[in-house]
Order: sequence, then structure tokens, then C-alpha cells
Amino acid sequence: MTRVRDLIAKATNPTGTVFILLVLILAGVFAMNPGFFEGPSLMAFLKQAAPLVILAAGQYFVIVSGNFDLSVGALVGAQVVIAARLIDGEESRTLPVILVMIAFGIAVGLVNGLITTVLKVQSFITTLGMLLVLYGAIRLWTGGAPTGSLSESFRTAGRFGIEGVPVLGQIPWALLIMIGLGAGAIALMRTRFGRILMASGDNERAASLSGARVGTVRTAAFVLSGLSATVAGILIGGYAGVSAQVGDGLEFTVITAVVLGGVVLGGGRGSVLAAMAGALTIEALFTLFNQMALPATLRPTVQGAIIIAAVAYAAGRRVRPAPAATTTATPS
Amino acid sequence: MRRPRIATLGTTALSSTAMIYLALAGVLVLGAAAAAIDGGNLFATANLVDMLTRTSLTGFLAIGMTLVILCRSLDLSVGYVAALSSLVAATTMDGQAANVPTAIALVLLVSGLIGAANGAIVTFLGVNPFIATLGTGLILKGYLDTQYKGPAGDVPAVFQQFGYTRIAFIPVSTVVMLLVAAAAIWFLRSTRTGHHMYAVGGDVDVARMSGIRTKRVLITAHVLCGMCAGAAGLLLAARFGTGSAEAYTNLYELDAIAAVVLGGTLLLGGRGGVAGTVAGVAILAVLDTVFNVMQIDPFAKDVLRGAVIITAVALYARRQLDRTARRPRFALEGRLR
Amino acid sequence: MTTAPVLAMRGIDKAFLGVPVLSSVDLTVEPGQVHALVGENGAGKSTLMKILAGVHTADAGTVELNGRAVSFTHPLQAQHAGVASVFQEFNLLPELTVAENVHLGREPRRRGLIDRRAMTERTAAALADLGVEDLSPGAKVGTLSVAHQQITEIAKALSQGADLICMDEPTAALADAEVELLYRLIGRLKERGVSVLYVSHRLREIFDLCDAITVLKDGRLVTCVDTADITPDELVTAMVGRRIEAQFSARLSGTETGEVRLEIRGGGNAWIDAIDLDVRAGEIVGLAGLQGSGRTEIAEAVFGIAPFTRGTLTVDGRPVRISSPRKAIRAGIALVTEDRKAQGLALRQSVRSNARMVLDANARVHSRRRLGRIPGLLSSLDLAMRGEDQEVRYLSGGNQQKVVVAKWLAAEPGVIVLDEPTRGIDVGAKHKLYSVIRSLAAEGLAVLLIASELIEVIGLADRVVVLHDGRIAGELPGGATEQDVMAYATGRRSA
Repeated sequence: MTRVRDLIAKATNPTGTVFILLVLILAGVFAMNPGFFEGPSLMAFLKQAAPLVILAAGQYFVIVSGNFDLSVGALVGAQVVIAARLIDGEESRTLPVILVMIAFGIAVGLVNGLITTVLKVQSFITTLGMLLVLYGAIRLWTGGAPTGSLSESFRTAGRFGIEGVPVLGQIPWALLIMIGLGAGAIALMRTRFGRILMASGDNERAASLSGARVGTVRTAAFVLSGLSATVAGILIGGYAGVSAQVGDGLEFTVITAVVLGGVVLGGGRGSVLAAMAGALTIEALFTLFNQMALPATLRPTVQGAIIIAAVAYAAGRRVRPAPAATTTATPS
Repeated sequence: MRRPRIATLGTTALSSTAMIYLALAGVLVLGAAAAAIDGGNLFATANLVDMLTRTSLTGFLAIGMTLVILCRSLDLSVGYVAALSSLVAATTMDGQAANVPTAIALVLLVSGLIGAANGAIVTFLGVNPFIATLGTGLILKGYLDTQYKGPAGDVPAVFQQFGYTRIAFIPVSTVVMLLVAAAAIWFLRSTRTGHHMYAVGGDVDVARMSGIRTKRVLITAHVLCGMCAGAAGLLLAARFGTGSAEAYTNLYELDAIAAVVLGGTLLLGGRGGVAGTVAGVAILAVLDTVFNVMQIDPFAKDVLRGAVIITAVALYARRQLDRTARRPRFALEGRLR
Repeated sequence: MTTAPVLAMRGIDKAFLGVPVLSSVDLTVEPGQVHALVGENGAGKSTLMKILAGVHTADAGTVELNGRAVSFTHPLQAQHAGVASVFQEFNLLPELTVAENVHLGREPRRRGLIDRRAMTERTAAALADLGVEDLSPGAKVGTLSVAHQQITEIAKALSQGADLICMDEPTAALADAEVELLYRLIGRLKERGVSVLYVSHRLREIFDLCDAITVLKDGRLVTCVDTADITPDELVTAMVGRRIEAQFSARLSGTETGEVRLEIRGGGNAWIDAIDLDVRAGEIVGLAGLQGSGRTEIAEAVFGIAPFTRGTLTVDGRPVRISSPRKAIRAGIALVTEDRKAQGLALRQSVRSNARMVLDANARVHSRRRLGRIPGLLSSLDLAMRGEDQEVRYLSGGNQQKVVVAKWLAAEPGVIVLDEPTRGIDVGAKHKLYSVIRSLAAEGLAVLLIASELIEVIGLADRVVVLHDGRIAGELPGGATEQDVMAYATGRRSA
């Protein structure tokens, strides 16, 4: 598979740490349970991992342009609750409600973006405030506990897929959505928008002196993050149902995934593929914990240690840059 | 043309700290009015006690957080440190009043060491403070969840007083918190290390060029922040009578950061102080109590809190440094035709 | 009885990346002397000062302070040895007060705690010593004027017990009234026996203030004289007089001067006034002048960073109002900025990403065809890289500059402004850039060139417009003598 070859090629560069880590952890998983890579179990893993991967892509856009989005966890939770309350079991309402959710996700992203770029409030504070507002507003609306229920068709995306596939069993919709959006994100970063987004995170002044609309582009990144939270909400709601705790603390896991993927907090470097790989790595880590029957309580400790180690390693490598160019290319 | 790199502040009539206390007064007045219209009395004893009680816990955390933010760093592990401290305190005390001093010392030691670890990871390993303290928080969480299945330890009545006793309507815990705040203000103003925190946060290169040991200053800030979280843990133990990891929620850190930022300390460091933070803590506490008195849905409080934080920082952002340092040479202005 | 000079530097050599910047330079400063260090841009003054300040280390030579040999590897050592430096970028903390900045890192203590009263009193005393009455030790430095910030730096130097204070272009950012204040300050320093190394090329100040002058040219010592023994004209000659070798390729044959592409009439804003300028297709107009004369301000006004507030601007015959870089780009104007690392490049991005940046950022300018031209542009500039994916930060200065030029050429501008295009670039790359600039004109662009090295401006430009204090002092044809240009630039002559 060409994707595997690409992954290996990228492993040699500094942001490639995550791919090595992913392979190591998957190797560990395989060692504990060779059955893991059999079709159905692999598909189940990917189905469960999809929301985090999509969230990582959304957060990547925000981080690479130099900002933070701490509100994604609360937004995911809000979207699930909104869906349950508005659909209230009525199948016919599914599609309109999804449209409402999309509009809401875009709106939240817009507000985050405008407050950050126009009012010049740091994104850490803006999205922190938004987190509180979403958390409170949703509970205000439902009276504290989620009400209503999701329709079956709503839950299809998160739960089901193409059935009866040989070898694999079920190809989850979640996986297909993840691949589609992931490919879209990678393609987006290759467009003008993507390049300017990254340039804005790298050197805001040079970008704006080259005529870039830095504020607009950064706001768009927030909108993308809001959309990623919406999609993740649909998948999580489908998979796990509605609960009051959905999304709690999720933003920290997402940011960790992105940082693990070699994206520097501050912007200007890293690839969206690596960010998504970071999310896969964290999900694989959780799976490994399960295989090892690691007590649930010890998992945060291992997670914390790995995060610090990975970032420290990357920080150490960045201090010693690669050798400078010496060859003079003859003009072709 | 090279211009001096240093920025020029606009001249302001009032210092930021004075403004935030004015805002506090304003919130009190408005809150009292709103409560009165609703038929309640904001200044009734029970409500005053409520307000002040709310300030203590966040206050301890926010004081330590101020130091760290002044140095342009961050500490997202304080909630876990507080939870751990409450457990250490309760289990060491074990119901014996005689153990109280040892317990306090042990708590301060442990929390200080965790702070030192945070500081070391940031300065020596070069890890971003967000990630570093997020990581240590997780490590602590795992330890807590593994070691302690539920509440543990036993706090003797003597120490529980810390959580409950009042002088008139002022809780002892608030008094202690204010004393710690005063100590922090004194520290920042009168000791070299404290004073140098403004330099390290303002411009670490200038600080280094002046011979300041920047690593040492930063680690000290983290150690003190840890110890403040330890104090918060002691308060938790006093209030609950036992130690508990369940007391922890995500919002402890974020509340503390919100209070610090509300109080005028810049997230980027180099400006602000504990006096402002105390006002920030107070404003949040007053808002909470007003909502309580008016029996507004507690969730509305979160919404308002979020909005208040954003608005306050947006207002501060307008008063920020003006980057133009060039001297106008030709004062006459005409219109570009 | 002769006392040892405060400073004796002998035989100083310094090279950066193999390019010699200082060769066998001597500098001697006597106690209580105000000593000027002059030379045109690129002569090596800044480097010498930085070696003294401990920022760089000399490759060869000796440095003696008060007769004792010293060798600095860190600025703190220089400070402890009694050498203080006031650079153009102040080392101050805007949020702290004057007293706090003056004593940063050396706060007076009483019983282990900071003694603020002593700090304030000592600062007040230092300020009084300097004859400064209107500066309060408790003022926040960020609220002060540039002049007062500079005084704070000088007070800081004094309080460190400096025997020698080096000042780099101290009046570059000061208004006239403030310059008088600086004069008085320096007089007081002299009275106290503190020596001043005054790095500048403002003749009036040198002759007003300084006792002795050391002249550098091309990294070498030209002469060291007492001010009384030299006239301003002789000084200018010593600074710049040289045989102008044919370093510059002649105008490319076939370059025709066409229509006026950029026309400014009566342009002005807060820093420049009464600017009338024409640049034609195929023409290279040089803007010459000393630091602070307004050259960069014109570039920034034309490009919309700090727009004109008076006058008119016409591009290719169309009147335009350029209020932002985006508008400038749309009008076909390009600006290669002074500081390529801070303003021209996204260092961690690839060559390709940087080269595409203007096209990517401006939809109106973007096209497939233009994107397709980029590889050709990069190779025609002889860009040495390991491939278009290489991160720009690994390229040499000259190659980085080529990426910036390519970035702008990709947008096919009609007018290109180059602000110090060869700054920090070695000799070989410089020559390549010169022919690039010539070919820009040959292709019909209107080129506005700002360069501090007079030889560059004179050699490349068809016409040289000289600025002084924000206004046009005069205009000379290309190939004029450096003395003539310098005369206008220093204000000794005006049109």
C-alpha cells in the first residue's frame, strides 16, 4: 500500500516521530493480541478512533495558524445534546437537525474566530470563554440533563457501515467519513488557503506583507474546527449515545494528539496527516492499555509520561537543525 | 530605518489594578441592586459568608497561578495537585490533632516538589508549559485513581475549623487566603526573585543579559504555584473532613486562570500582579453569589462567566502596548487626494 | 604622566562566514574623551562595537581596558569590566519603572530584601548627575518618549559604573530638541571622566561633540585624528573617497527607458514631506541618505504599510490610493523589505511555499501560468538549494534574498521597490543580485532602489535621489561621486 510506504518515508524527518511511535504501539498491540489485525477487529478500532482523528484534523488547522481551540470538547457535547433534544426520536427530523447542527458548528467557529482576530483576544481566552458559555448554555436549555433521544438514522453514521464485506466484515461509515475528511484536509492544506494558513502561523508579518488576509484565514480555521466537532459529535452520538459527560476534557486529548503529531503549539509547522496519526496513536495506546489489562486508573499516568517524553524528544531534535545546503544547483 | 524595539504604552489615567477594583465595586453595586429588585439582600450575612467562602479555594489556586503566568508560563496540573494534597493531608493527620503540623509540612513538600518537576520539564527539557503541566496532571491523575479508591484519611476537628470557622461573617479560610495573597504581593515586590519574575516574563533575553538566572526564577514560580495548590488541598481536606480525589474537576484550573486574567495579568507575562488576581477572584465569587441569591439557574452562571472573561480581556486588549515608537517629524496632516 | 587609555583595541580581525568585516583595526579611547567612530554603512562600525560589547568575539587582535587585557565571550563580562553599550534597540522592559530598569539584575538590597527607597534615590541621583530634571524614577518606561528611554539606558550604564559608554547612532530616533538634551548629557559624562564612543555618521554632531575621530572604511582603519585637525570635507573624503572600480556591469544594452510607471507628487506623512518622484519603465532610481532620512518611509508609503497622507500617487497612469499592502500588490507594486527574516520569509516553510506566497495570498494576482513560471524564475536567479522542498531557513543569506525576489517577480509587478537588497550578503552573491536588479530594469520594470552603501546606489542607479531629514535634498545622475551624494545626505548641501 502506498500509504504505508509514504508513512515510512516520512518517519525519517523530525515530525516523523509520531509514525514511529504509532508503529511501535501497534506492534505492541499485535504482540499482545495477533487477532487485533483481523478484519472485524481492525474495523471496530477504526470506527472508534474516527471521531478523535477528525477532531485532530480540525484542531490542526487552528494550531498551525498559531491559535488554540479549547472549546471543541464542549461543542461536541453540545451538538450531541442538541441532536437528541431536537430529534426526540422522530426519524423525519434527522436531516433538518443535522443541518441545524452544521450551522451551529459554523457559527461557534465564526464567533471564536472573530473574537480572536477582530477583538484581538487571545484564542486561549476566547475559546476558554466559549467553553464555559457552551457548557452553561446547553445545560440551561435542557435543564441540566440531556433530554430526548437520537433517531436510528442519526445513529447510522456512528454505528453502522457497509455490511457483509469479505474479510473485513463491516466497513464502518465512520471509517469512510474519516478517510474522506482526512483526504479533504490533506488536499486543503495543499491549496492556496492551506499554504497561507501555515505561512500566517510561521511569520504573520511576512504573510500580511505578502498581501495575505491573515485574520480571515485564521477565522476560517476556527470554522473548520467547529465543523470537525460537529461531525465528531454525530459519530460519537451514534456510537455511544447521549450522556451528560460527552466531550468533557476532550479538547485536551485532541490538542495532545496534534502535538504528538509534531505540530508545534505556536504554528507554522507540521502536517495534518501527522496530526491525524497522532490521534490514531493515542487511540492505539488506549487499545494497548486494554490488551495489557492495564488498570484503568494507571492509564492517565502512562499517557502523561508518553506525551512529555514525545514532546521533549521533538524539542531536543529541533534544537539541532539539519545541515545547511552546500550544493549549487546548476540551472536547468 | 531601525527603530527602538521597545514599545510605547499609551498614557493611562488609572492603573489596571485600580480599574479592576472599580469593576469589582461596580459588580457589587449592580449585583446588590439586581438582588434587591428580586427581593433579596446581597449583604445578608449568609450571602456574605457564601461569597467569601467561594473566594478561598479559587483564591489559593489563582495566587500561585499568577506567579507562573507572570513568568509567561502556565500550570494546568494545579487541580490534581490540590486533590493529591487533600489526600496526603487527611491520611497523614489520621484523626490526630498532633499530626496536623507534620501533615501541613508534608503537603507543602510534596506539592512543592511537583511544582519543581513542572519547572524542570519546562526549563530543562524545553517542553511547552501547556503540554508539560497537562502531562504531569495526567500522571498525578493516574496515581490518584490507582492509590485511592475513594475518600481516605481522617481530618481531626481541630483542623476542620480551617474549613468552617468564621470571624463574624469572614471565614478563616478567606483570611488565610488573603494573608497568602499579601505574602505573595510582598514577595513580588520585595524579593529579588519575585521582582525578576516580571523581567523573565517581560523579555527573557533582556533578563538574561542583565545577569538574571532565568531558569531559577521560573522554577521558583512553579514551586510556589505547586505549594499554593497544596494549600488549596489543605482547605479541601478541612472542608470535607477527609481527602478526596473526586473533588477534582476540570474547572479548577480554568477558574484560576480566568481569575488571573480577569485581574489584569497578561497571559504573555511581564505585567500584572496578585492584587488584581484577588479582585478577579472576588468578582467571580460575587457573580456566583448574586446568581444564587436570585436563584438563577446555576448554568446561566457559566454562560455569564465565559462572557465576562472574554469581554474583560477584550477591553484590556484595547489598552495594550502601542507598537509605534517613531517620532512624527511633520505634524501637519492633509488629505490624500 | 600618561595614564593608560580607557580602551585600546589593536589589530582586530573579524570575519563572518569567511567574509572579512574587520581587518587589523585599531581603536584607542582616552579617559574622559568623546570619541567618534565613523564610516559609511558596511564599514564595520557596528561589528567593532559589538565586539566591544561582548556580543561577538574577535578572530584576532587584543583589547585592553585601562591597561588590562580582556577578552569577552558574553555581554555580562563586558558590563562587569566597565563597558556599557546603548544600542538602537533598547534593552529595556516597558512594564518596569525607570529605577527598576536602571538597576535590573543589580537591585540594591537591605537585609536580603530589595531596598526600593535606595533604588529610587540612586536613580534620582544618577539622573541629577546627568542634568536631567524632567524624568521621574517611578515612571513606567513604556510610557516614556524615545529620548527618555535613551536617558534611562544611559543612566543604567552609568549606574553600572561604566568607564566607557558606547552609543550606536544615538540620535537616529531623536527630534532636534532632544538632540540638545543628549549633548548636555554627554557633556556631563565627560565631566565625570566617563569616556564615550560615539558611533555615527552625522557630521554636525561629530564636530559639535567629539574630541577625536576614528574613520573606518571597508573594514579597515583609515585614520584617527583629533577633531580640531580635520575639516568636514576632509572627513567625508576619508569616509568614502575611493577609486570607483567598475564593479557594476554597465546598463544592459537594449534597456530603454519608457513611460513613467510610478509618479509621486507632494507625497508626505508624519515622517516625510514634499516628495516628488518619477520612476520610468526600465529605469533604476536610487534613494540615498543616512539612516533616518526617510528612505524606508517612502518605500513603506508606496507599499501601503504607512501610507501617504498628503499628495498623489499614480501607477501606470492611473491615480491610486494605496492604503494597504494588498492594494499595493493589486496595483502592481512589489516591496522587497529590509529585513528578510522578519518580514520577507516564512523561515520554516519550503522554498516553493515562500516563492508562491504572493500568488497564494492574492486571488487577483494568482494564475496557473504565473505559478508555472516559478521554477524558471528560481533557476534564472541561480538559486543554490537542495530542491524546492528545502526549508528556507537553511539557505544562505544571499539565497534567501533570491527567494524573496522570486516571490515578488512571480506576481509580475510593474514597480519594484528594493529596500537594502544586499544587506548581510557576501560579495559573490551581491554581484549576482546586482545583475538581477539590472535585468529587472531591462524587462521594463520601474525599479526604486534603497541602499546604504553609496557605492551600490551610485553604481546601479540611473539617477540618485538624496534624502535628508525626511525631504529630498537633491538629485544626482548615476555615477556621481560619493562625496557629492554624502554632501547632500549630511545636509551640507541642498538643492
